[in-house]
Amino acid sequence: MTDHTEMTDPGITLTPQQAQRRRARSIAIGVSLAALVVLFYVVSMAKMGLNLESVGG
Amino acid sequence: MSLVERHDTTDIAATWDGGTGTVGDYFALLKPRVMSLVIFTAFVGIVLAPGGLHPVLAATALLCIAVGAGASGALNMWFDADIDKVMSRTANRPVPAGRITREEAFGFGMMLACGSVLMLGLLVNLLSAALLAFTIFFYVVVYTMWLKRSTPQNIVIGGASGALPPVIGWAAVTGEVSVESLTLFMLIFMWTPPHFWALSLFKSADYQAAGIPMLPVVRGEQTTRNHILAYSLLLAPIGLAPTFLGFAGPIYGVVAAGLGLAFVALAVQVWRLREGPLATRAAVRLFLFSIFYLFALFALLPAERLIMLALSAMGLGTNGLGG
Repeated sequence: MTDHTEMTDPGITLTPQQAQRRRARSIAIGVSLAALVVLFYVVSMAKMGLNLESVGG
Repeated sequence: MSLVERHDTTDIAATWDGGTGTVGDYFALLKPRVMSLVIFTAFVGIVLAPGGLHPVLAATALLCIAVGAGASGALNMWFDADIDKVMSRTANRPVPAGRITREEAFGFGMMLACGSVLMLGLLVNLLSAALLAFTIFFYVVVYTMWLKRSTPQNIVIGGASGALPPVIGWAAVTGEVSVESLTLFMLIFMWTPPHFWALSLFKSADYQAAGIPMLPVVRGEQTTRNHILAYSLLLAPIGLAPTFLGFAGPIYGVVAAGLGLAFVALAVQVWRLREGPLATRAAVRLFLFSIFYLFALFALLPAERLIMLALSAMGLGTNGLGG
């Protein structure tokens, strides 16, 4: 049976500096992922455009 | 029992030294200066390649090549943290300075390496992705892990990874490796040894302290000077090859000849002046000029192409008007 103390174990506790820098890194990762989504969208559009051109030609 | 486990976890919390890297530190792991040279030379490969590529795909290829180069830098810093700590030039890098742990640098580098190769393969073409994967492998495994610490020829062979970006750019457009792209490769490949050996002549104390077998440390400064001169004499005619092969015009040819002669003249000065501040100054001058040399030649190749296109467009315009 799992002990209550284990369930509430805080694990690694970050210092305020670590927490602040993790937040900044998380924002950077979020922005990068969003940029990646936009990139895949734009590349898909470009490739579809090229395919349409080749069919039309 | 649970109390003991809790105590252990608290210990980890108290001693964990990871997670202190800023976004800027992670950016520094990518070696932005090296990355800018990679972007520039890959861009030239893309522009010079025949056929053309959709601008979005060209930008994507460039992004993937840049990120792949950054990944190589991060993995290099992961492996070289011990020697980076000893050299004044590298001691403040994020890993030796303790702002990013080796494990964090390794994870970051591996993720970017796999991501950039996958993206280039899926979005552009497989050959360019394979070349990018080979470049990262060559830089991290062959150069960083093996050659750098074992032979004074480290720079010569390892230089291949720095010379590949224009070949990758060219392959992204055409889907093949050609004589022209291999000429661009040879230009950077032959440029790398005199460039780094000139640097090592005035930074040899750093390399010696770190135990890196750079040429001046292992074979002495005079042998290094002989090698610099020999490679400069080989580099100058390779600089002219684009004109002889027909993918650069006479403007490039004249400038490449002039800059090649200047390169050899500076290398002769390094060879002649062997001691004292004048010798150091000659090495610094050659090092700085070598950066300008490569930049000028690679900038001139697409610039001349643009000039020729503009001139021919004007010629066509005139004919059209006349007709």
